[in-house]
Amino acid sequence: MENELKVPTMAELTAAGKQPEVLFWVGCAGSFDDRAKKITKAFVKILNKANISFAVLGTEESCTGDPAKRAGNEFLFQMQAVTNIEVLNAYEVKKIVTACPHCFNTLKNEYPGLGGNYEVVHHTQFLKHLLESGKISMEGGQFRGKRITFHDPCYLGRANNVYEAPRDLIRKLDAELVEMKSCKSRGLCCGAGGAQMFKEPEKGDKDINVKRTEQAMEIKPDIIAAGCPFCNTMMTDGVKSKEKEASIAVLDIAELIAQVEDL
Amino acid sequence: MEYIPNLIFAILLVAGIAFFTQNVRKLIRNIKLGKAVDTSDNTSQRWKNMIAIALGQSKMVVRPVAGFLHIVVYMGFIIINIEVLEIILDGLLGTHRLFAFLGGFYSFLIGSFEILALLVIVAVTLFWVRRNVIKLRRFLNPEMAGWPKKDGNLILYIELVLMVLFLTMNAADYTLQQMEVAPYVKAGAFPVSQFIAPLFQDMSVSTIILWERTAWWLHIVGILFFLNYLYYSKHLHILLAFPNTYFGKVRPKGQFDNLEAVTKEVRLMMDPNADPFAAPDENAPPPEKFGASDVMDLEWVQLLNAYTCTECGRCTSECPANLTGKKLSPRKIMMDTRDRLEEVGKNMDANKGVFVPDGKQLLGDYITHEELWACTSCNACVEACPISIDPLSIIMDMRQYLVMEQSAAPSDLNNMMGNIENNGAPWPFNQMDRLNWSKES
Repeated sequence: MENELKVPTMAELTAAGKQPEVLFWVGCAGSFDDRAKKITKAFVKILNKANISFAVLGTEESCTGDPAKRAGNEFLFQMQAVTNIEVLNAYEVKKIVTACPHCFNTLKNEYPGLGGNYEVVHHTQFLKHLLESGKISMEGGQFRGKRITFHDPCYLGRANNVYEAPRDLIRKLDAELVEMKSCKSRGLCCGAGGAQMFKEPEKGDKDINVKRTEQAMEIKPDIIAAGCPFCNTMMTDGVKSKEKEASIAVLDIAELIAQVEDL
Repeated sequence: MEYIPNLIFAILLVAGIAFFTQNVRKLIRNIKLGKAVDTSDNTSQRWKNMIAIALGQSKMVVRPVAGFLHIVVYMGFIIINIEVLEIILDGLLGTHRLFAFLGGFYSFLIGSFEILALLVIVAVTLFWVRRNVIKLRRFLNPEMAGWPKKDGNLILYIELVLMVLFLTMNAADYTLQQMEVAPYVKAGAFPVSQFIAPLFQDMSVSTIILWERTAWWLHIVGILFFLNYLYYSKHLHILLAFPNTYFGKVRPKGQFDNLEAVTKEVRLMMDPNADPFAAPDENAPPPEKFGASDVMDLEWVQLLNAYTCTECGRCTSECPANLTGKKLSPRKIMMDTRDRLEEVGKNMDANKGVFVPDGKQLLGDYITHEELWACTSCNACVEACPISIDPLSIIMDMRQYLVMEQSAAPSDLNNMMGNIENNGAPWPFNQMDRLNWSKES
């Protein structure tokens, strides 16, 4: 990567007397997980190219509390939420975009009851808006004719009824959008939700991510597109377990777009 | 003497309805053991849900075969019940085909009932085949062994017998009408039972009347029996689906309740003006239990959910944990909740309406930790339920009890939570390194 990314923080902008249009909530996976960091950077490159006025919280960001809440620790969740809301409200944040459906769901649905009211969008919704307003064109034809399937993240799809934004973007790639047997409202979970990401699965005859990968392999995709850093990890592991990493790539929608935008 | 049948009928009817009412009272009492919850919001959306999902069967047809067959039986149930009104009035007044004066319209009604009855017989037979011959996987999960399997089949047998009785009654009636026997006035159309009628051709008038009367009585007695069978069966859904879809979740599926009791504590902890040495109020009520370990800790809508469950297993057949061989089955969560609630109810019946602790609870004695921790909170079960039952909310309430009351989370999750507490991320990374990605190439 040639140049360092332009990643302004809320603290810097506020010190300079500026207010960004949108806060990019990076999330823990996007900040620390090696695979997810690539998604974060791809998204920032798009934001930079489209000249979006944004900022991140940087070291002032903390876990939304989602995995604690789904694990049953409402205390820890609310401690995290109240602390984050204090920071967000102090910066007078109005609009938040995030590439993590778990952060998205928690910020959008569970923070308002604790005093945090923001317009929260998932990055696929945000990217679709950039496309519609002509800020990105997605004209590079790298994916023309490729078979791409979209794995619905539970917390984006069923939890919040966002099914079309990611699919519209895939169609715009001139790719062939193919659907798995279980998709949209009946999409099969990758196995990471409900804090499962952080523990060993219970005894069974198969791991959920392997089952989902088998569903994907039935339709012979070139790319499994994801919209969640945890799904991404789970599907990547699933593809590896089937030794298909040479023929099936697992990529976030933001990464696909960064590629066609030559970023 | 001539009023004896009317009297017997009235006694049967009153007894049937009284026994049913008694059970409905019990049902309401048991549901009210749940915690209060405000359902006064989103009234118009709630009505819309009830009309679309319960009345309109919109989620049944997600699975087209079962959905179509179900609509046939549902229509049969609703529409043929108009006929039950006439039967009840005839029984009480000692009349015969009281509504015959409707003429052509009456013929249309009886004709449609007959066609529906035939369709119901076909649908019920196919349902039986799906359960017993094709053996669909979702009817064979471990929780279906024993009574639940028998219950499912019994309902189909009862429905089949009721429809056969209805058609037999009409066939005999039609034959008597042709023979111009009083009081069998010519009324109604019999597009289906006219093909059964030839069976009565060589019988004497009194034998045919005996057939007609027997079928008529058995049919209405069967309906009263079925009404009272509901409380003991998964079939309660025919009534409870309506309130259940009304009171079902109206917020996004991903939005879980924020516990108010916790909010109070957190606010107090965060309040710089709070006196950390303040003596606790001696008159304060004992602190609320966090989460749920028994049915009384759940909200009443969750208990209504349990009584409404038809054990169709659509939830379990979509559950990623169950599909990969884990013990969790969302249907079992609902069945366990109902079984435990019934146990609590019986305990109260035996102890003058007061629950005497029996050393058992929903958590542990019915639902294991292993089941609860296998859930990915993906909402597939909630989406799959055709009548708005939410097994996930029960799983989450029980996890809250395990974590906040018992500190009984799996050790991996304790590590994750420790990390969030210490450094604001589920992994052990320093919060000060959160922006490092922006400088890495």
